[in-house]
Amino acid sequence: MRLGLARRGYSGVIQRLSTKGAGSALPDAELESRLIELGFVEGAKVEILHEGIVSRDPIAVRVDNVTIAVRRREAMAVIVA
Amino acid sequence: MEARLMHLALVGTPNSGKTALFNALTGSRQKVANYPGVTVERKEGSFVTPHGRQVSLVDLPGTYSLRGRSPDEEITRDIVLGRTRGEAVPDLVLCVADSTNLRLTIRLLLELKNTGRPIALVLNMFDIATRRGVTVDVPRLSEALGVPVVTSIAVRKGGTADLLHLTDQILSGTRPVSGENRWRPLTVAELRATQREADRIIAATVGLPTQPDTWTARIDAVVLHPVGGLAILLLILFVMFQAVFAWTQPLMELLSSAFDGLGQLVHDLLPAGLLQSFLQNGVISGVGTVIVFLPQIIIVFLFILLLEDFGYMARAAFLMDRIMGGAGLHGRAFIPLLSSFACAIPGIMATRVIDNRRDRLTTILIAPLMTCSARIPVYTLIISAFIPEREVWGWINLRGLVMFGLYAAGIASALGLSFLVKFFMWRDYQPAPFMLELPDYKMPRVHSVAIGILNRAKMFLKRAGTTIFAMMVLIWFLASFPQPPAGAQDPAINYSLAAIIGKAVAPLLAPVGFNWQIAVALIPGMAAREVAVAALGTVYAIEGGKEAAAQIGQVLATKWSIATALSLLVWYIFAPQCASTLAVIRRETGSWKWMALTFVYMLVLAYSASLATYNIALALGAG
Repeated sequence: MRLGLARRGYSGVIQRLSTKGAGSALPDAELESRLIELGFVEGAKVEILHEGIVSRDPIAVRVDNVTIAVRRREAMAVIVA
Repeated sequence: MEARLMHLALVGTPNSGKTALFNALTGSRQKVANYPGVTVERKEGSFVTPHGRQVSLVDLPGTYSLRGRSPDEEITRDIVLGRTRGEAVPDLVLCVADSTNLRLTIRLLLELKNTGRPIALVLNMFDIATRRGVTVDVPRLSEALGVPVVTSIAVRKGGTADLLHLTDQILSGTRPVSGENRWRPLTVAELRATQREADRIIAATVGLPTQPDTWTARIDAVVLHPVGGLAILLLILFVMFQAVFAWTQPLMELLSSAFDGLGQLVHDLLPAGLLQSFLQNGVISGVGTVIVFLPQIIIVFLFILLLEDFGYMARAAFLMDRIMGGAGLHGRAFIPLLSSFACAIPGIMATRVIDNRRDRLTTILIAPLMTCSARIPVYTLIISAFIPEREVWGWINLRGLVMFGLYAAGIASALGLSFLVKFFMWRDYQPAPFMLELPDYKMPRVHSVAIGILNRAKMFLKRAGTTIFAMMVLIWFLASFPQPPAGAQDPAINYSLAAIIGKAVAPLLAPVGFNWQIAVALIPGMAAREVAVAALGTVYAIEGGKEAAAQIGQVLATKWSIATALSLLVWYIFAPQCASTLAVIRRETGSWKWMALTFVYMLVLAYSASLATYNIALALGAG
């Protein structure tokens, strides 16, 4: 499933990145690069720690041992299981 | 061997403790300026190594890669690659890592190696990492990476001894040789491969604990709670607003009376004439207007630096992101805009917390619309002279309601303008997606915060000070020349250039209901908005200091119509008359264009809003 759809408390492992149709304003390659630069790579453990107040957005995600804040739109590109 | 000044550069991801390390190495020997033509801060300092080598150190903007996706990151890339004209090519690049979080920095270091520059890895915050159970096999890590590795604890005395020693080693004897530059932007596949390589090296040399930082988790459970978190944010902002608004007041009044006293002293010592007037009203009150802002600037930056160092700023942006996003503003714009209610000057300077240039410029552009404290004397004067003291709907004070309306109009126009700017000026700009690291909480260090405040204060006094001061002298000149003829009955200002200009523009201001006296008072009001009150007193020939305000009100009530008064109130919601704000915008954006744009748009808004107000009021019979 897409990380952007997960609720608070969800934890899983990143399977792959799929920027197609994620809905971010960034070009695909740019979004993918930025996600990798912040540690969203295949095999990383993720857990959703917090959600924002408006539409539960943005989300605070624990990626291995770093916490990253990201909007759900960009998190749609991260496929987790 | 001749002792050449060596150039070192600090590179690292945001939150790597790079600035703390920079402060520890250089102490107060720092120079903060802007890179030419961009709004990026350039921090340079110097230190001497144990072997007596002179080293110049630049703290480059934090980055996750050399791709250069923002002006800040382009600076880092270009300086490391030696492409920036007028900047020394670094003899050694120190790549700074947060030891508790090595993945992202090790990948950055692998990318940096392609540039061929001599590099060393600094494992910063090593004490925190050790306490959390992170173990690093330093010699093996160094071997695997092929660069020297050293540990450091920037915030502890002597915590940089190993780093200084290593710097001497690298810089002495065999001069560090730059290899061939093989760097080019990484493709997505290469980026992924580099991250894999970094993870492989970390797995082989670093032991990671299984537990995350429990303190950070506990604090975040409260601070990032959707409802509780917002309540805490509002509380923090409330205290900050109070501090900027109320706590600085006695100090500001003290400073302002000290300058008044000094002016009076000059007045008494010197014979009446041009020199006396120039020193008292030009120089001393000019310098005074600059210095008076200092307490507010210090308090705003005290809060901002404490919150930033603690790690709260990223959380505040997280909480406000969607709420501010509705108006096209970045989550981080919240604190600068709030500070602008006290004074737009510290507010505009505080926009440095916003990384993205577009978001920063939007925030700078709308900050002067927040009702600053200098408008309060003008509002109070007109409201008390023209708005009757009575209750509406039984319990609301009419004067209070008008005051509230003026504040609300400022906020509403700021949000509307931000929306328009986003829609028209930067439609094809890529919006900065909200993606940032929420660092672990850290205790702010007095030393670091003090250096930060000192740098801001120096920068304000030196850079803005020169421009503001020049404008003050110009305004004094306009209000003083030519001198009144002998035996003149009217106040001196009525014979000056200011009056000539005022009378010349009066026909332009007639449609909004301003007479020539108002037009004249608006000119010295450029120095600071509240000066307009005193200037009105001068043109209506009322002698006296602060006590005269009530008297001015009585005179105005007999000379102006309600429509004129309302029109002037509305004018001041938007009025661009604040030379200091304009000077700071020029300073912070590094361009006259943005200053001119701010002036013009505010003038247009002020004029059209006053025009509408005046005519509506006339139509309703308030002429």
